[in-house]
Amino acid sequence: MENGFSSPRSESFPAGLRVLVVDDDPTWLKILEKMLKKCAYEVTTCHLAREALKLLRERKDGYDIVISDVNMPDMDGFKLLEHVGLEMDLPVIMMSVDGETSKVMKGVQHGACDYLLKPIRMKELRNIWQHVFRKKIHEIRDIEHENIDIIQMSRNGSDLSDDGHMYCVEDYNSKKRKDFDKNDDKDFSDHSTKKHRVVWSVDLHQKFVKAVNQIGFDKVGPKKILDLMNVPWLTRENVASHLQKYRLYLSRLQKENDLKASFGGIKHSDFPPKDPAASYGHQSSISLNQNDVANGYQFCGSNFIAQDADTKNHEGDLKIVSEMTEIKRALTTDVSDLQKARSSQSFGPSFASLETEESYPAFDSTNPPEFSWSENTETQVKKELKPHPQLEDGYSQLPPHGPKPQIQMNQLQSDPAVTSALSMTGRDISGSIEIKPLFTELKSKHVSHVSPTESAIDTFPVQTKSQLINHQSFEPISTVISSMKPQGFNLSITDLESCQRNLTSSDPNFAPINEDLTVWLKGDYYSMNFGQSIDFIDYDDPGFLAEVPFYLYDPLTADFQCPIDSTTECPIVDQGLFIA
Amino acid sequence: MDRNHLKRQVDLMKRSLFDQGYLDEQFIQLEELQDDDNPNFVEEIVTLFFNDSARLLQNIEQALVSVPIDFARLDNYMHQFKGSSSSIGAKRVKNECTRFKEYCTAGNAEGCFRTFVQVKQEHAILRTKLETYFQAYISFMCVFVLVIFALTYICLLFCLYLFSWQDKLDHLGLQEVKLDDYMDEGGSLIIDLYYKYDKAHMIE
Repeated sequence: MENGFSSPRSESFPAGLRVLVVDDDPTWLKILEKMLKKCAYEVTTCHLAREALKLLRERKDGYDIVISDVNMPDMDGFKLLEHVGLEMDLPVIMMSVDGETSKVMKGVQHGACDYLLKPIRMKELRNIWQHVFRKKIHEIRDIEHENIDIIQMSRNGSDLSDDGHMYCVEDYNSKKRKDFDKNDDKDFSDHSTKKHRVVWSVDLHQKFVKAVNQIGFDKVGPKKILDLMNVPWLTRENVASHLQKYRLYLSRLQKENDLKASFGGIKHSDFPPKDPAASYGHQSSISLNQNDVANGYQFCGSNFIAQDADTKNHEGDLKIVSEMTEIKRALTTDVSDLQKARSSQSFGPSFASLETEESYPAFDSTNPPEFSWSENTETQVKKELKPHPQLEDGYSQLPPHGPKPQIQMNQLQSDPAVTSALSMTGRDISGSIEIKPLFTELKSKHVSHVSPTESAIDTFPVQTKSQLINHQSFEPISTVISSMKPQGFNLSITDLESCQRNLTSSDPNFAPINEDLTVWLKGDYYSMNFGQSIDFIDYDDPGFLAEVPFYLYDPLTADFQCPIDSTTECPIVDQGLFIA
Repeated sequence: MDRNHLKRQVDLMKRSLFDQGYLDEQFIQLEELQDDDNPNFVEEIVTLFFNDSARLLQNIEQALVSVPIDFARLDNYMHQFKGSSSSIGAKRVKNECTRFKEYCTAGNAEGCFRTFVQVKQEHAILRTKLETYFQAYISFMCVFVLVIFALTYICLLFCLYLFSWQDKLDHLGLQEVKLDDYMDEGGSLIIDLYYKYDKAHMIE
C-alpha cells in the first residue's frame, strides 16, 4: 500500500484488512474491536460519525471497509453511509439491534453492502472481507467495460476530445488489467494499491455538481461532465459511476420530497399542533435530510461562487441572493450531516408545501402556514421596487443550478426559514440554517432601508433575551460548519447564523424587532461569534411560526426608510449574542 | 479442596444465570474473546456496560417525566439502551426493552412507565448477580493463585529446612566428638568427685 498511515496488507488477504468501526455505544465499540482484532484485521474505532468522516477524508485510501451503527446521535447512520459511498466509494456495513425489514431495506437502498443484527457474532465479522473483494472485482469489470466502449468510440472517431481521455484511460486500464491478470488473490493487495481509487472529495464533488448544473441535469452525460470538470486524472468511468450514484441519490430525494409535498399540501391550511407535527417530523426529517444533502450537493459547486460573492459586500442582490442560497445549501448539507434529521418537524411541511407551491394562503391571515411565507416573499418581492427585480433575477438565476423543485424549495425556504427554524426541534438545525440565511438575506436586502420603529428598538433587548436561548443551538452548527468549510465561508455562515438566531427566536409580537435584527444583522454580519453549545431548544409552538412571517413581512410592505442606525442595535445584539 | 469448591460455585452461578434467562449466548461469545492479551475482558466489558447504561437510563427517565412526553425521543433512547444491553447478552433486560418500545410506539405513557420500572429492576438484578458472579470468579481465581503461592512457599521452606538440617547434622557430628572428649574428661571428673566425696565420708 502506498498509504503511509497504515501498514500494507500482507499477502494473506483478508488478514490486515483495514476496518473503520463507528458506533456511539462504547461497549459495542470495544467488543467489535476485540472481535475484529481476533480476525486479524486492523481496526480503528470512532464514537462519532463526523469524526469518522474526518478520518476517512484525511486518510484517503486508508481504509478498506466501514462498519457503522444505524442510530447515532450526531448523524444518521444512513446519511454517513451515503457520504461514504459517494465520496470514498467504500463498502459500508450497517449494524443495528433493530432488524425490521423496512430498516434493512432502507439500508440496502442507501447502498449498504450488508446489514448485521446486534448482537453480532464473530463469524459474521470474519466474512466482511468478501464485500471488499466483490467491490474490487466489480470496479475492474466496469473499467473493462469502459475500456471497450472507449475503444469502440475511438474507432468510430466520434469524439476527438475523448481520445486524449481514452488513451490515458486505456493505458491506465490496460495496465490495471495486466496487473489484475498477473495478480491472483494472493496479490490482491498489490492490485488494489495500483488501482487508483478515486476519492470524491468535497471539492471534486463540487466541481462535478457545477458541471452537471451547467450542462443541465437532463442532458448530462459523463463525457460532458468530464470535459467541463477539467480534471486531468479523472477518468470517464469514474465520472459515470459517480453520476449514477448521484442520480440515484437525487431520485430518492425527489421521491421523498414528493411524498412530503403531498403530505404537506393536505395540512397547509391549518398548521398542525405539535403532536401531529411530531409524527410529521419523522417523515419530514428524512426528506429534510435528504433535501439538505441534495441541496448541499447541488450547490456545493456554487460555494466557490458564494464565497467570492460573500467577500464583495452587496455586489448586487442577484449575487447575494444566489450566494445566500448556495451558502445556505452548503451549510445545510454540512449541518444536516452533522445533525440528526429526526427533529425537523414543521420544517417538513414547509418543505413539502414549498415544493408543490400549492398552499399559499392569503398573506393577510394572521396564522398563515409556513408555506404562505414563501409565496408572500415572492409576491412581496415582485411587488417591491428596485430591490425586487434583482431578487427576481436571483430567483430566476437559481433554478438553472439544479433540479427545479429543489431550487424552488430553497428559494422559498428562505421565507419559511423563520417559521421552520422556529419549529425546529433540538436536533434539526440544518433546516433552519438553510432557510434562515436565505430569508434573512433577502429581507436584509430589501429591508435595509426600513428603519425599525422606536418601540421595536425598545423591545429589542427583551427580544434578545428570548433569542439567547436559541443562539446556543446555532453556535455548534456554526462551529461545525466553520470547522468543515474553508474560511471564506465562515463569514457568510456567521451571517446566516446570526440572522437565523435572531429570526428563530423572535416572538411574533416582536416582529418589528426581527426587522431590526435583520437590518442590523446586515451591518453586523461579521461581528457575530460562534462557539456555543449545540443543544437546541425544542420549539413547541407551531403557531409561532405562522405568525412570524407575517410580522417579518411588515417592513416589506412599509415604505423604505432610512437605514437603521446600527449602533443602537449593536450593543443589544452583541449582548444577546455573547450572553448565549 | 477449597479451590474446587469455589470453582464449582462459579460454574453453578453461571449455569443458573443462563438457565434463568438472565444471560444469553452473547455472554459466551465474550468469554471466548477473553485471552491472554485481555485476561479480564468479560469483566471489563460488563463494567463498561453498567457504567454507560446508568447514563442511558437517566436519559430515558428524564424523557419520561417531561411534559408532554416526546415518544420519538423516548423510543430513540430506549433503542440505544436496548442495543447496549444486547452487547453483554442481557436477555431479560433486552426483553423488557422490547416491551417498552411497544408501548412507546403505541403512545401509551402508562405502559411505558410500568415497563420502565421493570427494565430498571431487571437491570439492577442483573448487576447484582453479575457482581456476585465476578466476585466468586475472582475469589476463585485468587484462591487458585494463593494456593499455588502457598504450595510454592511451603516447598521453599521445606528446602530451606532440609538445607539447614544438613548443617546441623554436620554440626552435630562435631559436637558428638567434642562431647565424647568431654565425656571422657567429664567422666573422670565425676569419678574424682565421687572419690573425693567418698574419701571425705570415710574420714568421718
